Amino acid sequence: MAALELMRRRELIHAFLGAAAWSACQKGGGAERPQVPGALVDRAFEWGHALRGAAPLPRAQALEPVDVVVVGAGAAGLSAAWRLAGAGVRSLRVLEVDEGPGGTARSGRNAVSAFPWGAHYLPAPTREGGPVMRLLSGMGLVTGVDDAGRPRFAEQALVREPDERLFYRGTWYDGLYLRAGASGEDLRQLQRFEQAMDALSKARDGQGRKAFDVPLERGSDDAEWTALDRLSMEEWLHQEGYTSPRLRWLVDYACRDDFGADAAAVSAYAGIWYFAARHGEGTGSDGYLTWPEGNGRLVAELQRALGPGQLATRALVHAVEPVDGGVAVHAVEAGTERPAGYLARRVVLAVPRFVAARVYVPWRQAPPAFLPAFQYTPWAVANLTVSEHPGGRGVPLAWDNVLYESKSMGYVVATHQRERMVDGGPTVLTWYYPLSAPDVKAERERLLSSGYADWEALVMADLSAAHRDIGRTAERLEVMRWGHAMVRPRPGFLFGPERRAAAVPAGAVHFAHSDLGGLALFEEACHHGVRAAEEVLAGLGGRPQETWL
Amino acid sequence: MADEAAPAPELPLRRELLFLTVLVIATCGLVYELIVGTLASYLLGDSVTQFSTVIGVYLFSMGVGAWLSRFVERGLAQRFVEVELAVAFAGGVTAPLLFVSFNAGPFFRVVLYGSVLVVGALVGLEIPLLLRILKDQVRFKDLVAHVLTFDYVGALAASLLFPLVLVPKLGLVRTSLLFGLINGAVGLWSTWLLEPLLPSPGRLRLKAAGVLLLLFMGLAAADRITDYAEEGMYADEVVHASSSPYQRIVLTRGKRGFSLFLNGNLQFAAVDEYRYHEALVHPAMARAARHAHVLVLGGGDGLAVRELLRWQGVETVTLVDLDPAMTKLATEYEELAALNGHSLSDRRVRVVNADALQFLAEGDARYDVVVVDFPDPNNFSLGKLYTTRFYGLLKSRMAPDGVAVIQSTSPLMARQSFWCVEATVAAAGFWTAPYHALVPSFGEWGYVLAAPSPREVVHALPPGLRFLDAQVLSSLSDFPPDMARLPSEVNRLNNQVLVRTYEEEWRRWN
Ligand SMILES: Cc1cc2nc3c(=O)[nH]c(=O)nc-3n(C[C@H](O)[C@H](O)[C@H](O)COP(=O)(O)OP(=O)(O)OC[C@H]3O[C@@H](n4cnc5c(N)ncnc54)[C@H](O)[C@@H]3O)c2cc1C
Repeated sequence: MAALELMRRRELIHAFLGAAAWSACQKGGGAERPQVPGALVDRAFEWGHALRGAAPLPRAQALEPVDVVVVGAGAAGLSAAWRLAGAGVRSLRVLEVDEGPGGTARSGRNAVSAFPWGAHYLPAPTREGGPVMRLLSGMGLVTGVDDAGRPRFAEQALVREPDERLFYRGTWYDGLYLRAGASGEDLRQLQRFEQAMDALSKARDGQGRKAFDVPLERGSDDAEWTALDRLSMEEWLHQEGYTSPRLRWLVDYACRDDFGADAAAVSAYAGIWYFAARHGEGTGSDGYLTWPEGNGRLVAELQRALGPGQLATRALVHAVEPVDGGVAVHAVEAGTERPAGYLARRVVLAVPRFVAARVYVPWRQAPPAFLPAFQYTPWAVANLTVSEHPGGRGVPLAWDNVLYESKSMGYVVATHQRERMVDGGPTVLTWYYPLSAPDVKAERERLLSSGYADWEALVMADLSAAHRDIGRTAERLEVMRWGHAMVRPRPGFLFGPERRAAAVPAGAVHFAHSDLGGLALFEEACHHGVRAAEEVLAGLGGRPQETWL
Repeated sequence: MADEAAPAPELPLRRELLFLTVLVIATCGLVYELIVGTLASYLLGDSVTQFSTVIGVYLFSMGVGAWLSRFVERGLAQRFVEVELAVAFAGGVTAPLLFVSFNAGPFFRVVLYGSVLVVGALVGLEIPLLLRILKDQVRFKDLVAHVLTFDYVGALAASLLFPLVLVPKLGLVRTSLLFGLINGAVGLWSTWLLEPLLPSPGRLRLKAAGVLLLLFMGLAAADRITDYAEEGMYADEVVHASSSPYQRIVLTRGKRGFSLFLNGNLQFAAVDEYRYHEALVHPAMARAARHAHVLVLGGGDGLAVRELLRWQGVETVTLVDLDPAMTKLATEYEELAALNGHSLSDRRVRVVNADALQFLAEGDARYDVVVVDFPDPNNFSLGKLYTTRFYGLLKSRMAPDGVAVIQSTSPLMARQSFWCVEATVAAAGFWTAPYHALVPSFGEWGYVLAAPSPREVVHALPPGLRFLDAQVLSSLSDFPPDMARLPSEVNRLNNQVLVRTYEEEWRRWN
């Protein structure tokens, strides 16, 4: 490799992954190995470009009348459609720009396995009730309720042990907290932290609401807790005297995992929420629900509620406009720009705010005031097909494999849940990388200015730090760059005025998406999808429905 | 400088000590040879072939060494010490090197005979060099007599020490490194013995220290290497060894007949396997309403099938074993086929080489009796076969009045594990009946009967059994206090408590 190119590569790996990855990459002769065949697979930028384009997109002359149009077949849009179908709404269209449904919970499949392109797990709910439990019950995954009233789930859908392992200086360790070499003080702080989270996970307000709950909507809004939203997680750790680097690593990891942002860029409320509402052991969760295709399984289940012809893919919605007799929805077929139009009684816009602000015509001239408050973390996700399960010294291959000294999130193993006696053979590794620094614009620049060769270099450098010979087993690599992957719960956002304002319907147009929950999670997407659908149902009139929320 | 052409100076050499050196290096030399021979038959099987080729090549290489010695003309003592150090290193690392290269790739035989050649040639150099160093010090007839005597005594010492002390106590890896160290120490020691003949003894000592240090480090890491090599468990002669993609299959023959090892774990010993297999098969058969369709999961050795075929009314036996290499061996390797009564060639028996979990999950035929005979849950992959999920699948493949039996490790050595299996089977909605039998090769062994509804004994045992009769059968379910039931967590895919418990319990015995 030419010296200049090598220097660039070095800079790239340094900047994205840190020094450890570069030195590992050099040791493994990483610079000289042949490139793993593959490609970038993202398309969203083209669509975004089409939406922002100077020339207006074509509109259909005749509008097809329907009761409800749902724009976006992500988890939120499909949850809305699922709710509407459950209420007997037949005249329904779901319009999705992508080739298939799922949005950030999309999945792919090749000869080896299905694999996620984004969302890959759902913490098992700890209480009955709510739309997520309804969905899971419908899938036959709820096996009963234990003595404490907590639902129990089919074990084949729960992450199988070993669930997590952590790589540090040549060895894999159990769990995500680096215990090896921890000092007495480290362990004392860990214990204190765990006790604090446990107490917070049990805390309730005067009305009996949990201090931290899933979805956020269900939790307390008492100032005692919401005050935590005003400082960053980093500040909170500092304030509470948590100085242990290992603990800070764990918390930072958590923030990047669920929110795609460093502890410094996430509100303390959100950071604590991760431990106290969704992941905490104290909540008695059964663990994580996951499948080879990740939350693609949930997407498929939601989609089952749709009748034939109700889901239109490759349909880019570019204008949603209140007109006489309802709301006009204009779409073009992605690629061909062939127009299609609908006249809907009600519309659910299940897309993120920045898209809603562009397609909802009245907002084009007067952008809504809440818009700048919604910021999104970019992510890169890579699926690497390998001919052999990676191994390593120490704890054997787990579902989630994390590198302590890297800025990536490590990788999950698509075949982990496979019902086979023997583990081994080919598999797909899904590698995650959040662009987690505070300035999301700069981060998006960084994401978009890097091409396949860059990401190939990054993924392989990162993995070869732990698996020297990964290059030999690597067969194909595909990379998805998500420009606006996750809404960011920056300090002040979750309990600020903008988030609430954004969820208020505009006439017959209703809004759904996980960003309205403030946390990019399946539970939020599902909640807001169902919530919007129930607003629609009320608006359509007809028999009053019992809520699924 | 000890130039051979020059008249030998009168040197104050300590001859007796030099003869002692001969003894030690002779012992070391033979030990290396035995190590390689043992290791080759251990890893490749067929010990007669392995031993004779290794010994042949080794002796030949010694000849090569002896011949090469004529090219050493100057600095005899210096060369001698260097050869000592080289033997120490090459001999010392033989066993670790061979184990590692066996696991690492396809070039094992190249490495094997390569090391035989190198070590043999170096050892072959030793005695000629020493003879020449001493030839002016000692009368020739005494010299030859002494050196050869000590050489042969050393050989005797090695051949006795090796099987009696070294292999059983230290294992091959440690023995190899230890004798390398001894050899290296002799090298170091000879720098003093031969000091008057050495131009720069200090430099040699430094080299010797280096070699010793390396070997010491090896010895410190011996545990890890040994684990990696899984060596040291075969007391008997290896008659067959092969590696399939799934496991390492080793068949040994000793005084007490055959033993089968999979990945180094004893599967059966011919002397008492009848106890294990009678206890595995007949209690379930005696309780099942019918025997028409029987499923065996694991048990590719065909011995459980042999017991099943004793029963009237067996129409089909489906044996599901992952590894075709294992079922092929059990069908075609004559001694093993004789032991299992050619059961796998019986027309009622169908051998399916498939993944048991997948087989259960993806089929729908139901069975009257199911025999679950998997290896103990000593890793997470095997642990999956002992979960409520697995037993749930098992239940979905059983007739409502059928019975399954599960081999469930030792209730004495791994008491908590045994009761964990029982609790897990029960949690999957089975009626259970735990029992145990003494199998001397294994110890007290445990089984769990599982049935969708409670089952009594309804059939008399078939004739020809050596261990079980009606009375013994009814006594098997009594557990003495040291094996009595312990409350236990349930083993699930998402906790795998059994694997952890099992590891802890067996660690106490190993
Ligand atoms: C890398 C990554 C990992 C994640 N991991 C997890 C996880 O493990 N667990 C978890 O719970 N959550 C995870 N998430 C969060 C995930 O985003 C949410 O769980 C959930 O899937 C969000 O669904 P949504 O419907 O709110 O949004 P989206 O997924 O953004 O759905 C919006 C949909 O609208 C479509 N759309 C947008 N504009 C238009 C238009 N103009 N016309 C037509 N269609 C349009 C999009 O194509 C998309 O399908 C992850 C996210 C990412 C990016």
